[in-house]
Amino acid sequence: MALLTLLNSRHPLADAAAQRATLAALPLGRTFEAAAASAGHDPLRTTDIAVFQINVGKRCNQACHHCHVDAGPDRTEVMAPEVVDACLRFLEASDIPTIDITGGAPELHPLFRDIVRRARDAGRHVMDRCNLTITRLPNYADLPEFLAEHAVEVVASLPSFAERQTDAQRGEGVFADSIAALRRFNELGYGVEGSGLLLHLVTNPVGAFLPGSQAALEVDWKRELRRRYSVSFNRLYTITNMPISRYLQFLIDSGNLQGYMDRLAGAFNPAAVEGLMCRSTLSVGWDGRLYDCDFNQMLDIGTAGKAPQTIFDATPASLASRRIAVGPHCFGCTAGAGSSCGGATTR
Amino acid sequence: MKMDTYYHPKDLARFAEMGREAPELWQKFLEWYNAVFKEGALTEREKALIALAVAHAVQCPYCIDAYSTACLEKGSTPEQMTEAVHVAAAIRGGASLVHGVQMRSHVDKLSM
Repeated sequence: MALLTLLNSRHPLADAAAQRATLAALPLGRTFEAAAASAGHDPLRTTDIAVFQINVGKRCNQACHHCHVDAGPDRTEVMAPEVVDACLRFLEASDIPTIDITGGAPELHPLFRDIVRRARDAGRHVMDRCNLTITRLPNYADLPEFLAEHAVEVVASLPSFAERQTDAQRGEGVFADSIAALRRFNELGYGVEGSGLLLHLVTNPVGAFLPGSQAALEVDWKRELRRRYSVSFNRLYTITNMPISRYLQFLIDSGNLQGYMDRLAGAFNPAAVEGLMCRSTLSVGWDGRLYDCDFNQMLDIGTAGKAPQTIFDATPASLASRRIAVGPHCFGCTAGAGSSCGGATTR
Repeated sequence: MKMDTYYHPKDLARFAEMGREAPELWQKFLEWYNAVFKEGALTEREKALIALAVAHAVQCPYCIDAYSTACLEKGSTPEQMTEAVHVAAAIRGGASLVHGVQMRSHVDKLSM
């Protein structure tokens, strides 16, 4: 049976305000502001923007159980052409070196390839947050070649090198399709040492626990994927599951919410605050609204204070050194070795 | 209100209370315990699997909970963890069985 999104199953958690209220009601010992202050960040502020992350829509060909976006085939939110243009003009007028295209499945956006071409023409590095199975759809079968042609860095999700765990999180049949997709990427040079075509894998724990050591897991993954499936990749990124949208629903339904949040708050690592991705990433929603990160975006927590609220009224200078909007969910990015869209943030 | 049972899962979080009446001994235990589980000749993942197996052998419910989580966090799969439990069971079962040799020796001594 296909998993419906929270929105289309009319679940109370489809409302971001309900999610924020659920998290705010949890007794965690201290606020994230207090924890960050204890690490010398009072308040937490941004540094220069290194990554411009645009979420081009919530439509996805998958409906993963842990998705913080509540993405799925039944979502209709898609970034309008004028918003896309505003994003690219913002990028072109800046020194920001990298654009990170995410979703949903960003490749489903009608202008995805135009975004890639224009960003590359502007000399920027492009990252594609790829679910791998999109490349198995007939209309997207040439996607790997397109990405290779433009030297796009592919950051692909694969929670486990075991089929059962992957399918438990991402849906039946996803593992087999993912391996087939990875083999195609490898044939084009992705994930092959020295090719220049970067293919990284992202693993989120399949359940209510923290990810292990990124370096140790990468060793295991490289060995097992090569041995079992003849697949290679560059780096493994471990990402902590955030208590947002469908993962929040899972935590509540399984009776793990308080225990998981206690774990996140209890594992607060002061050393992880310095490298928090919100400090150097600007997140843009499908409707052009600005956020400090994709997680704030899904909780509908916009930029704080007098910072510009949309891409239409923003310049890089107007966003510099701004105070970051934080909440209890932020403990997810500072637990243990720290977590970000680029994996662990401490070594 | 606690149910009428000897083991309470939330008591695992109270483990450090064992240091209240004997703080120096607790500190020594903690330092040694943490050192044991650090990566050495064995990886942290291997040690967590061993701990999981031993937890089943000694049937400590707190250790079973703690090291089930630790094994998952360190990248072990439920299949690997199940095999580790079988290792514990095999050793416990085998330990009982091999004492049967003592039984046989005694039976031989007494029997005509």
